[in-house]
Amino acid sequence: MTDLILTLSGISKSFPGVRALHNVSLELYPGQVTALIGENGAGKSTLVKTLTGIYQPDEGEIRVKGEVVTLPTAISASDAGITAIHQETVLFDELSVAENIYLGHAPRNRLGMIDWKTMRNEAQKTLDAMAAGIDAGIPLKELGIAKKHLVAVARALSVDAQVVIMDEPTAALSQKEIEELYVLVELLKQDGKAILFISHKFDEIFRICDRFTVFRDGEMVGKGFIKDTPENEIVKLMVGRSVDHIFPQREAVIGGTVLEVKGLSHPTEFEDISFEVRKGEILGFYGLVGAGRSEVMQAVFGMTQIASGAIVLDGKAIAPKSPADAVEAGIVYVPEERGKQGVITGEPIYRNVSLPSLDKTSRGGFLRMAEEFALARTYTERLDLRASSLSQNVSTLSGGNQQKVVIAKWLATLPKVIILDEPTKGIDIGSKAAVHEFMGELVSQGLSVIMVSSELPEILGMSDRVVVMREGHIIETLENKNLQPETLVRLAAGIAKEKAA
Amino acid sequence: MTDTTATGRHLPDRLDNPVKSAVLSWESLLVLVALAIFIANSFASPYFLNEWSLSDMTFNFTEKALIALAMALVIITGEIDLSVASIIALASTMMGLALQVGADTPMLVAVGIGVGILCGAFNGFLITGLKLPSIVVTIGTMSLFRGVAYIVLGDQSFKGYPASFSWFGQGYVFWVISFELVLFLVCALIFYVVLHHTNFGRRVFAIGNNATAARFSGVRVDRIKFVLFCLTGLMSGLAAVLLTARLGSTRPSIAEGFELEAVTMVVLGGVSILGGSGTIIGVVLAALIMGLVTFGLGLLNVPGIVMSIFIGSLLIVVIALPILFRMWRQRKA
Repeated sequence: MTDLILTLSGISKSFPGVRALHNVSLELYPGQVTALIGENGAGKSTLVKTLTGIYQPDEGEIRVKGEVVTLPTAISASDAGITAIHQETVLFDELSVAENIYLGHAPRNRLGMIDWKTMRNEAQKTLDAMAAGIDAGIPLKELGIAKKHLVAVARALSVDAQVVIMDEPTAALSQKEIEELYVLVELLKQDGKAILFISHKFDEIFRICDRFTVFRDGEMVGKGFIKDTPENEIVKLMVGRSVDHIFPQREAVIGGTVLEVKGLSHPTEFEDISFEVRKGEILGFYGLVGAGRSEVMQAVFGMTQIASGAIVLDGKAIAPKSPADAVEAGIVYVPEERGKQGVITGEPIYRNVSLPSLDKTSRGGFLRMAEEFALARTYTERLDLRASSLSQNVSTLSGGNQQKVVIAKWLATLPKVIILDEPTKGIDIGSKAAVHEFMGELVSQGLSVIMVSSELPEILGMSDRVVVMREGHIIETLENKNLQPETLVRLAAGIAKEKAA
Repeated sequence: MTDTTATGRHLPDRLDNPVKSAVLSWESLLVLVALAIFIANSFASPYFLNEWSLSDMTFNFTEKALIALAMALVIITGEIDLSVASIIALASTMMGLALQVGADTPMLVAVGIGVGILCGAFNGFLITGLKLPSIVVTIGTMSLFRGVAYIVLGDQSFKGYPASFSWFGQGYVFWVISFELVLFLVCALIFYVVLHHTNFGRRVFAIGNNATAARFSGVRVDRIKFVLFCLTGLMSGLAAVLLTARLGSTRPSIAEGFELEAVTMVVLGGVSILGGSGTIIGVVLAALIMGLVTFGLGLLNVPGIVMSIFIGSLLIVVIALPILFRMWRQRKA
């Protein structure tokens, strides 16, 4: 046990309404790569933020080389020898490579000024040792994302970090760049660093990791050696159904096709997307973050323009050029980014709800406040909105209640198809259940629902059929009957079926 | 309405008392300030309290205030139009050219307003069509429009506008009530109704509070912004008609600095420079205050340069006040 570099034990962290981490533990060993595996929302990011001094745990202790440490700030985490390389590297474009490597711990001369020459030379030495092929003197912005990762690694080496956290480092890289990154990971291993590697991609986890730790719903559910553990075992640990949330039982009465999407393509985000939604159906869209699901939905909603393809609603071809067109046609979209795209913060509840329905509540373009309040009241009360009055500013509502305002806004337009993008992301359990129950009600009234979700229980608990997307393509469309979570994870992550292992 | 209370939770329309919030509003503060300046003026100068002096006072702000009405809507959406004074210069120059080729009064008015709308549409196209930031576009067109006026006129001026045309800037509808003042009050009423009582106004506020979410809510953001820039163009064209008629001549330097005074009126009127909030009543009161102050200073023979120092300081203070107030409230909380 003495050779453990980092030990976490009994770490808990809660946010209002959400338990992000509950009594989790983690061990990191020198010269070894430990994979941190879990679904979106399992608590991986919270753990990284706890380790880098951004969040303070409510309970538990962090030990570095056996000594208990507290990490109240990002600097103290760095002093404790913990450094992180993020998916989108957090470096400074306008500074030189050497400055980026030595920011905050630059060598100084006798006068206490930065010793530029030494800094530049040391930076170059570190880069050369990595065979990075980067000139330490050039500004960082001249480098591509992969080279920026190299600079981040050089920074990790130069601060003499004991623990290197790599948070989805390959997400933005090409295959060749990924190979180069693997070499670096080897280099860090030889250097005796303890590496925490966070990734959704099983192929790279099996390629470079030595150990694994699995998180689910904020708890540590399993750990072990990669080479002793078959892939499907890890997948099972990852998805094991959580029992504290029961999805509404409903009898699906499914009618004819309402919305048909044919061969939708976008220059960069997705290609040849075809699916259909029927009356009274919930169609789930599952995939990893970045699979292109939101982009497809925003194209159907008229937010982004498509290169080719057709959208047919109720037998009529439509080509929405803006959300206004889509709303008029009867397609509405509840965006994932509630604060930025969903609610208009700074405006009261009733104005948020009535905004797309103003033509209905007004007469000849003139507002009629009584009608407006009545409309807002009808739909917010149906959703059991918790607020003190309809004039309350939406920015003072909790995430779950803001989501209810967004949904109320769209229901008031009497849509045919409602698209929900990660409808319960970041909202408390109570509101989650309310949203799920309401989705059941909507389809029973003959609406068609498309639900984009990265949460397996939600996908399996709510959908009638599930579309799985990966890297901008539809991989498969499945009936949700005896559907195994493992199947979805395999399809989404691109893992070959049941290997002999 | 009957089955909606089934959930047992009833949401009232509002909890705050509308009378109380009206008393504590920025607008009521502006009323007090206007009264104070009015009283101060009447003590400062024996010539102030006279119906003709007060009538003259209104000419100090009507043209700028007409622009401020439209500018208020633009600023509420989070944009700005700094080219308004140059639109006046160009519109006035074009009216002068039209006069040279024998245009009559209705034609002159049409040219002034038409050029204004075209200039506004040009701004609107650059901002919504090409997605350029409005502050950059309108600083550019500020130079461009006035530059054209200078090319046409050089150091010359157009004179000889017909008397029927001069009436727009010099005529009185009734007693000491000028045509300019009546036109401004009518426009203010129209803008008040449009901003506070129509779907269009509601969407303007939504855009200012969160343009992305407004677009996601089915608001045609670009179309509305385009219309608003055309509207400031139109109001600038109208101001060009009034100002040209009042001065009786067109020089390329006409209306210089109007844009800052219009913006100051809007911001002093309580419109957030960041967009999303404001009232027409506030803008009208701010216009009145600006008119009272500059007229009072004029009666005291304060030179023009001091007035421009005053307006510049006022602009900074009224922008800083709400920010300081918020900081103070946060520290208290």
